[in-house]
Amino acid sequence: MKTVTLTMTNPPELYLEGQNITPDAFAGKTAAEIAAIDVWEGKLKSPLGKYFTVEGNGGATAAETRIILRGDCSRLKRVGQQMTAGEIVIEGDADMYIGGWMKGGKIHVKGNVDSFCGLAMEGGELIIDGKAGHHLGSSPRGEWRGMQGGLIRVAGSAGNDTATFMNGGTIIIGGDADIHVSTHAEGGTVIIKGNAKGRVGGQMVKGDIYVFGQIENPLPGFKQVGEVEQEVDGVKARFIHYIGDLGERHPVSKGKPVYGNIYTRI
Amino acid sequence: MPKRIENVGCPYCGVCCDDLVVTVSDDGKKILEVENACAIGNQIYHHATESERVRLPRLRQPDGTYKEISYDEAIDYAARVLYNAKKPLIYGFGSTNCEGMAAAAKVGEKAGAILDNCASICHGSSLLAIFDNGYPSCTLGEVKNRADVILYWGANPAHAHPRHMSRYSIFPRGFFTGKGHKSRKIIVIDPRYTDTARVADIYLQVKQGYDYDLFNAFRTVARGHEIPEEVAGIKREKILEVVEIMKNARFGTIFYGMGLCHTDGRNHNIDIAISLTRDLNDFTKWTIMAMRGHYNITGPNQVWSWQYGFPYCLDLSKRDIAHMNPGETSSIDLAMRGEIDAFFNVATDAGAHFPIEAVKELRKHPWITIDPNICMASEISDLHIPVGIVGVEVPGIVYRMDNVPVQYRKVIDPPEGVISDEELFERIYQRLCELEAEDAAKERVKTTAEGIPAED
Ligand code: SF4
Repeated sequence: MKTVTLTMTNPPELYLEGQNITPDAFAGKTAAEIAAIDVWEGKLKSPLGKYFTVEGNGGATAAETRIILRGDCSRLKRVGQQMTAGEIVIEGDADMYIGGWMKGGKIHVKGNVDSFCGLAMEGGELIIDGKAGHHLGSSPRGEWRGMQGGLIRVAGSAGNDTATFMNGGTIIIGGDADIHVSTHAEGGTVIIKGNAKGRVGGQMVKGDIYVFGQIENPLPGFKQVGEVEQEVDGVKARFIHYIGDLGERHPVSKGKPVYGNIYTRI
Repeated sequence: MPKRIENVGCPYCGVCCDDLVVTVSDDGKKILEVENACAIGNQIYHHATESERVRLPRLRQPDGTYKEISYDEAIDYAARVLYNAKKPLIYGFGSTNCEGMAAAAKVGEKAGAILDNCASICHGSSLLAIFDNGYPSCTLGEVKNRADVILYWGANPAHAHPRHMSRYSIFPRGFFTGKGHKSRKIIVIDPRYTDTARVADIYLQVKQGYDYDLFNAFRTVARGHEIPEEVAGIKREKILEVVEIMKNARFGTIFYGMGLCHTDGRNHNIDIAISLTRDLNDFTKWTIMAMRGHYNITGPNQVWSWQYGFPYCLDLSKRDIAHMNPGETSSIDLAMRGEIDAFFNVATDAGAHFPIEAVKELRKHPWITIDPNICMASEISDLHIPVGIVGVEVPGIVYRMDNVPVQYRKVIDPPEGVISDEELFERIYQRLCELEAEDAAKERVKTTAEGIPAED
């Protein structure tokens, strides 16, 4: 694996859009070629080298390329967008759309991220050591096929609208989640280690939500059906099991309706 | 002889009353009387000729005062601001015609700008829900002629859309609704006991911020499931009663306002309202409609959707790709995050409507206001360009709240020399093209000097 280190030495006045900062785009390129790749600040298109110093060449393929981002990247968007393989490490905070439409590989953000990270994710791993903003692992506007697969793990809390229209994959939130979790979901798993504020599973068709803490305002469309013991993210515990959203349509499988599940830890 | 002009459209609220009769003085300079309009509609017309109007663009001077300049100078200034900015924001359009909006979009595309309209702080959340969940709507004419159950949720038309209830929803006698008010059931859901709630047959005082939960309860009951004793401050029996009324309607309409689309959860409140509307169509006919605020705020959504595929929050900075994602490309978010380096306030008053932090952030960069009136935005601008008042001095197409286009007319001429939004944007566009050509020529000179022959 070859490592390309980008250091932000000349931060943008506005925000920088770095959809080309991916192992896929860097693979097979020398440091000089990477410095010539396009990034955008508003309508201004510039070579990456205007903002970053570039050290190291890319690997032969995306899978053999690791990108390390240093310096203040808190105004940098879209890193790792649509990446299929390889690795990205962001040493501090980053802005929006990190790992959006990601298909494979791994992104590790050591700080916080803003909204729309892991948007429409299909595969791979997105690890965030800090907090995440809104629309984590959510679907893009107007898209009813949200996150399909992969893993998002956030150590801190997440904002609202996590996992909207989720179809598959797993999101693990170490802290609390704000309102609207798995709205319209048709699959996938969300695990909240802290508390959830409310509107958990609204308009949910299928899928699983685990809440280790409390749901402050549970929805009337969910009904308690029993208790279960399960191992969730390496923790064995007892949960109260609810099904819903009973106000929403549900498919029928083997003569029985399939519901979304919420489990709250006892 | 004063002239009576009939079938005039009112340029104030989204009801777009087109039955006004305006009497204009002999010389065509003064509006004498306005019939059929409500109090606010009336005011718009009298304000046009009775108040002191700005007749020339005004440019901020180093000492803080305004100095009048020519339209040509103002257009050059505006074009240069757009040309030099990395990410200019052109926002507003609540109160102008579709022709002006289309011309502004041309400018936005050329300048690589963000193009946004007042829906961004208003019914934008409704648009998001419509993207996600569809829009089982109808026209106001259908409501008038067919609806026997009307539900107002988080809307107070008695104050915000004064003639809505009399023209379309509660009182008119339509084709199948000959008994008018007597044959209609009115339900109002609002945390406040408003003047609209006073005319309701059933009033539900929902706990503020719990609209989504109440919709969820309605849907759960409609599908025959149990709900808790009380939801969102409303007793179970009441919820069951309302669901029964909705299921037994011949034709029902949910009208909702900012009380729904701007309480906690925003687009999701509308989203679930749309889901409920769809559910009710298993039993009978139900429709839903946003109570759009200004008379042509539906216009930019229509015009820009036609031009670029998105109704608001358009990021045209990549020129050949239009991108839209409210939360990122929405005016307030852009302003608060410091993503904008020039601001155009068009046919609205961002100075009054935006949060003060957003205004402060935008004010760090050039701020240009294009509006007929003196408003808060015009008073903090670097440049204020006056234009004619649409529906009074400038004709054009507007879209009513139910997405029906209405041709508006003018009743008097604008003050001498004052141009329309459309003409202004066309001229800014021309100037932008010239600036671009000048720069391209300079580029050519540079390349030639380096020994590479110029192509022409
Ligand atoms: S209801 Fe609205 S459109 Fe009708 S006259 Fe009043 S302000 Fe004008």
